[in-house]
Amino acid sequence: MTLYDLANPTFFLKLVRRVLPWLIGACVLVSAIGLYMAFFSAPEDYQQGNTVRIMFVHVPSAWLALFCYGMMSVSSIGSLVWKHPLADVSAKAAAPIGATFTFLALFTGAVWGKPMWGTWWVWDARLTSMLVLFIMYLGIIALWKTFDDPAKAAPKIAVLTLVGSLNLPIIKFSVDWWNTLHQPASVFRTDGPSIATSILVPLLVMALAFTLLFVAMHLSAMRNEIFRRRIRSMRVRVAAKAPAAAAGRVVGAAGVAGGN
Amino acid sequence: MTSQKMICQGLSCERGGRRVLSDVSFELDGGAALLIKGPNGVGKSSLLRTLAGLVSASAGTIALEGGREDCRLGEQSHYFGHLDALKPALSTIENLRFWQEFYEPHSLPNGTGAIFPDLEAALEAVGIGHTTDLPSGYLSAGQRRRLSFARLLSVPRPVWLLDEPTSALDAASEERMLGFMEQHMQMGGMVIAATHLPLSLANVGELNLSAVQGPAGGSDATAEDTQAGMDDWFYD
Amino acid sequence: MTGSMTNTRDAAHWARALFIREFRLGVRVGGGALIGVLFFLAVVTVFPFGVGPDMKMLARIGAAVLWIGALLATLLGLDRLFQADREDGSLDLLVMSGRSLELVVLIKCAAHWCATGLPLVLAAPVLSLFMNLEPVAMGAVTLTLLVGTPALTLFGAVGAGVTVALRRGGVLLSILVIPLCIPVLIFGVSASTAAVSDFAPFKAPLLFLCAISVLAVVVGPVAAAAALRNAGD
Repeated sequence: MTLYDLANPTFFLKLVRRVLPWLIGACVLVSAIGLYMAFFSAPEDYQQGNTVRIMFVHVPSAWLALFCYGMMSVSSIGSLVWKHPLADVSAKAAAPIGATFTFLALFTGAVWGKPMWGTWWVWDARLTSMLVLFIMYLGIIALWKTFDDPAKAAPKIAVLTLVGSLNLPIIKFSVDWWNTLHQPASVFRTDGPSIATSILVPLLVMALAFTLLFVAMHLSAMRNEIFRRRIRSMRVRVAAKAPAAAAGRVVGAAGVAGGN
Repeated sequence: MTSQKMICQGLSCERGGRRVLSDVSFELDGGAALLIKGPNGVGKSSLLRTLAGLVSASAGTIALEGGREDCRLGEQSHYFGHLDALKPALSTIENLRFWQEFYEPHSLPNGTGAIFPDLEAALEAVGIGHTTDLPSGYLSAGQRRRLSFARLLSVPRPVWLLDEPTSALDAASEERMLGFMEQHMQMGGMVIAATHLPLSLANVGELNLSAVQGPAGGSDATAEDTQAGMDDWFYD
Repeated sequence: MTGSMTNTRDAAHWARALFIREFRLGVRVGGGALIGVLFFLAVVTVFPFGVGPDMKMLARIGAAVLWIGALLATLLGLDRLFQADREDGSLDLLVMSGRSLELVVLIKCAAHWCATGLPLVLAAPVLSLFMNLEPVAMGAVTLTLLVGTPALTLFGAVGAGVTVALRRGGVLLSILVIPLCIPVLIFGVSASTAAVSDFAPFKAPLLFLCAISVLAVVVGPVAAAAALRNAGD
């Protein structure tokens, strides 16, 4: 119940209003640094040439795609355990953003794949896992859209999100297994701890920029969702123009004691 | 303990983003009935569903004194709503037998069990004894309603929550149903019925649900209530 | 001690009643077991038209085709798992009965699987003749389906619980459940094809499949019950 007091919508909106400009500023700054490093300071790959620079968008997108699902899962726990509306809003707002990052990871993967493998799509283990994640995101978004009442949708979608997060590692594992079974030579073997500092630093900077972007977008999406629900709530009230609630008063009778 | 008492205090609930009950209180002794009255849409069904535990209350308490302490009220109640909970593909007696075997019986405070523990007798009592082995899909609306009511007669539970119990019934069936309610009350049971028809029962009280001002319109006391619902949270 | 014993006997009693009711409904309503098997047959039949009647190739993809057919046939009837009970008011009574809702879901799934999943498993050997599978592969597919289809039903129950209040939840349910079923499909097909291959391991994917099914027995009912618990309002 203290959560109710801590995070009431007015307080939250005030917080968003104050924090958002700083976040956007920081995001622009870090992105500029990251992009500069990615394009000018990071070396070309001796095999892939300039195409390797796609990695600076691709890898952070993939990270954020997973991070966003994690965010949704934490919010889902919040809406199931504490039944806090802000957690519902957070989970709902995160879904389209996560789907976008997942799409970005898939899209850059395809663009990267074309010069490398000569085809837009290969059933690489990571790309395939990303595709499954994308379908899960789209399913969750479709589910949000199908329910009329977001308050009823929230606990159900939270359950599904959590089952999904339990399943994600299993999906990842099974897809890896499937992949090694069918094509033993994986293409993405250049990364790992052996990655050169000249590549790693811009990558981390870009990851930070993407994270800031995510936080900024998530907060504004949450703000929009709160506004949307306020409108909904006002409309419901208009529809129920007649006084909304009923109070009970007992008219005394045998065997029934009067209430207060 | 030979008698029970239901105490309901300050019950509030909301459905579909709208507060439908606020601060409903009443007490009901064993052997008595309570008729919930009020115009359409005032929350009669919601009150019954809240008592049954199907809708969670946003505030307030419900207790059955003298009942099983480890069970919520809903678990010791029969809920007889608009839907008959019958499967057309099962025969009449299969439908009834399932609920008898599935439901945990809660005998009434004086130890009496079901009014008709025998299924065939229960069907006979509600006037559909001849349909025992017929698929319940062949039954008319009134017969289905009576079959559904037979569930209340074959499993003992101290509290009956009835939502428009006499709808789709003819005068004779209604009479019979009232008789069973009387019988249930004489055994120490309680009946809570939402209806806008006068049910001629003895020992009956009325709870008039009337519309009151909802939390809208800047009533700060409600909006700042920590128990306020989701909608109030967004309305703020 | 006696109390817990009567509790166990009591639980067995109502569980049996629920299982019998659900199984009867599964068999009697909407064509029951037959309709799923027919769909399975239709899906398997359509593949050779798509890929050509090359018997060697059919033998190679046969296990996968049977698994995909079984997955789709399982998804087919799942949307009614809780929806039918919700529409006629039974779900309200099941939820408020005081019986463990997780157990209720598990029993409903078990009965649903016996009425619709088991016939698919039994049909698999016959359908694998169409796919030109060797006897060993035939046995492997049937065994993996026997182990894996309960997991499909149980993950499907989560989707069914989530979409119970939606009027046209069937397609959405499939979209939600298919990603969850991918590991089942992967290990099921891997084990089936490994049975006739000298290079791939058979036991490992089969054990993974078993593990997923065990996990589904826990996760499915808990999650579906959580989704159903507030379906009443």
